[in-house]
Amino acid sequence: MVRQLRQVWATVKGLGVVGRYLFRRPVTVRYPDAKPPVQRRYKGRHYLTLFADGMERCVGCELCVIVCPSQSIFVRAAENDPLAPHSKGERYAADFQINMLRCIFCGFCEEACPTGAIVLGHDYELSGYTRESLIYTKDMLTEKYPGESGRDPHREL
Amino acid sequence: MGVIASERDVERNVLTTTVDRIVAWARKSSVWPVQFGLACCAIEMMCTAASRFDIARFGSELFRASPRQSDLMIVAGRVSQKMAPVVRHIYDQMLEPKWVIAMGDCASTGGLYNNYAVVQGVDKIVPVDVYVAGCPPRPEALLHGLRLLQEKIAQGQRETVAPRPPATRAP
Repeated sequence: MVRQLRQVWATVKGLGVVGRYLFRRPVTVRYPDAKPPVQRRYKGRHYLTLFADGMERCVGCELCVIVCPSQSIFVRAAENDPLAPHSKGERYAADFQINMLRCIFCGFCEEACPTGAIVLGHDYELSGYTRESLIYTKDMLTEKYPGESGRDPHREL
Repeated sequence: MGVIASERDVERNVLTTTVDRIVAWARKSSVWPVQFGLACCAIEMMCTAASRFDIARFGSELFRASPRQSDLMIVAGRVSQKMAPVVRHIYDQMLEPKWVIAMGDCASTGGLYNNYAVVQGVDKIVPVDVYVAGCPPRPEALLHGLRLLQEKIAQGQRETVAPRPPATRAP
């Protein structure tokens, strides 16, 4: 008798758990429709930032290339034309590529950058059908307008 | 006369294209992955299957422990040279049509491990359909990759089947 009662009690207890969870909101995030916000300092895809006047911050020093632990960055620097400079330094990055399939999003490049040119943004949807499609070139990395990446374009560093 | 012929053509073609589309829709809505993980990316893959991200919303809830019952191989993690034959073996055991997602940097290109112990990209051994970047990718990023794969299946693209490697052992 005691055994049967205990079994009934166990069933009731189990159903109680079911009942409690039945009326809670589901924990599932509806990802493609609603993107949950990431943390403020989340490290996603990179941006090459611009000054407010549209001038590039990157001066082509290649410190990010040196510090990158997975060697995912390629920079080809070139001398600035003094009459029509791309950046505020002597040189600028004529070509700048990041292989997103090598990058481990550690943020060392952002820390090493002396001009604050490279910033890791919040975008994480980095998938593709080919390996080549995930090598981001300078056009893809440069922000479309000053301040797109979230970095204040009026900040000097 | 020409009208009748073209009507017949349309009938035939429309039927087959519709069937193709239904088959593609059925395939894309029930992509079952192999229960198979290699490194830290596998933790994120498990998280994707759990209730918060719930890969079941896309029809991929059944992680089958047998490659014979699965359509998708999510290579989650770095593939060492010793593991490469095993991965290829599992791929060979899967029934067609079959697809492969290289999840994370290490599976896609070798990532941080640019050395002799790690296969520099799992596409050296199996054909990869979708590459997902990240170290490891967020569960959302994996879902994004899965949706890309579903788009690919829905377009009815034939799965890329790698040629079998030549037999090295005598029968």
